[in-house]
Amino acid sequence: MTNLERYDRIFLDTFSVPREKLPEIKYQGIPDWDSVGHMDLMSALEEAFSISISTLDVLDFSTYEKGKEILMKYGVEL
Amino acid sequence: MKLFAYAERHPGRVLALSDEGRTIQYREIFETAEGLNKMLGNRRLLFLLCENRPGALLGYLGCLRAGVVPLLLDAHIDPGLLRALGETYHPAGYYLPAEGLDRLKEVLPRTAPVLEVRESVLLPTGEEGPPLHPDLALLLTTSGSTGSPKLVRLTGTNLDANGASIAEYLALGPKERPITSLPMSYSYGMSVVNSHVLVGAPLLLTRYGILEKAFWERVTGEGATSLAGVPYTYQMLHRLGMTEMDLPSLTTLTQAGGKLPLELHQQFARWAEETGRRFFVMYGQTEAGPRMGYLPPALAVEKCGAMGIPIPGGRFRLEGEDGGEITAPDTVGELVYQGQNVSMGYAQCADDLAKGDAWQGELRTGDMARRDKDGVYFITGRKKRFVKLYGNRVNLDEVEQLLLSRFPETGFACVGRDDCLTVYTDSRDARLSPAVLDYLSSCTHLSRRAFRVRSLEGIPKNEAGKIRYAELDV
Repeated sequence: MTNLERYDRIFLDTFSVPREKLPEIKYQGIPDWDSVGHMDLMSALEEAFSISISTLDVLDFSTYEKGKEILMKYGVEL
Repeated sequence: MKLFAYAERHPGRVLALSDEGRTIQYREIFETAEGLNKMLGNRRLLFLLCENRPGALLGYLGCLRAGVVPLLLDAHIDPGLLRALGETYHPAGYYLPAEGLDRLKEVLPRTAPVLEVRESVLLPTGEEGPPLHPDLALLLTTSGSTGSPKLVRLTGTNLDANGASIAEYLALGPKERPITSLPMSYSYGMSVVNSHVLVGAPLLLTRYGILEKAFWERVTGEGATSLAGVPYTYQMLHRLGMTEMDLPSLTTLTQAGGKLPLELHQQFARWAEETGRRFFVMYGQTEAGPRMGYLPPALAVEKCGAMGIPIPGGRFRLEGEDGGEITAPDTVGELVYQGQNVSMGYAQCADDLAKGDAWQGELRTGDMARRDKDGVYFITGRKKRFVKLYGNRVNLDEVEQLLLSRFPETGFACVGRDDCLTVYTDSRDARLSPAVLDYLSSCTHLSRRAFRVRSLEGIPKNEAGKIRYAELDV
């Protein structure tokens, strides 16, 4: 599985949303991506990529696309 | 109401600051009250749809001032639940953010708004509404999330007494600037508003959540002095690493809405002690408007895990199964509270709104507790069948009823602990589990993660047909 596939898989496992909708989803934009879902998403990403996401990045991680930029900062090639 | 004493003396001072950077003055409460009286009259029931914005804040305080009785609801309430509440209580009007008009148009009266206050509007239903008891000032839901029509009937005296107690033990003054991290329609969020309006402290009114950058920009940019949270808020603050953030103005943290896990209590209590801050663990129920107990910050480390002592003006006692008072230390009994903030009782239907004081200042909390030798109380369990999900009280029997009516011919039994409700079912149908999760999450507006579904051969019952909950793992 490529990193991008893994990234998508985590979103699909965490939120009940069809794959084609991923590029447009954002924090508080769908019922599942609420504060509880956000915490789960952060934990799943940290575990999958063995990284530790900083406070600022947790707050910045507001869309699927923005999340890609953030992961790249941690050396995750997507 | 004493709540408005400061506002009356200083009408030109700042009541609140909004996310849009706008200033709201105390005098706007009085203007809103006049508008409500003119358009709706006095002693009328109003459904007030709240979010943390100026229009809702002024609507809430304006109602209390005008003698209009509001039922506080979340502005994002499910239309079906709003309709059911409307059919039960027949309000004289709806007051809501104008942007919610379209989403709720099927439920709202088809009339034009007769009053607009800071982007919130008033729609009269044309009905007079039910007769109201002269002391009734405010209605709150007991379990907003399951759409139960059971409401708590609060008086102006309840709110004044509780606001004054809170202001006293938190030592609040006009220099405070609380950021409204909880919804106003939630009793804890409402009490933050009341206790600060009482002392003339401006509210930093925000709709942002603690996982948004804009929230922290307001905390640092406008010098928020305090933050209020439920246990889950503290889990998030922990994950965020708040104790490492540079927040010099933030000197007070309060927690209520369920029992904080011991490690978090310890961590925040130590951090507060080391950095010269105050961390208050508190205890309450909507039925008491809501505050009943608090743990003084000086005891936060030493008495970690404790609920605390009664608020000023209140009294606790523990009652044994025989109804007698327990005086020996460290003996568990039901916690009973007495104080001026205990509401008049519940309402289940419109006629109940005319009823008088059923509780006479005494609330049986349904919580089991013990008192240690120093007089500090510890909550040990619950007598009633409910759990707190992210700070929201959810009655397990009500959830069972919801499921039974939505999925007839299927057996259900609900058990749970805080932040995790487990639904047992006797169905083998694999499609049921996701359907249950979708249904519960849509009707409670809570995350699917709060619920688990497990299949059993059959629901364990006794000879009388009652479910044996003790046999189900939580």
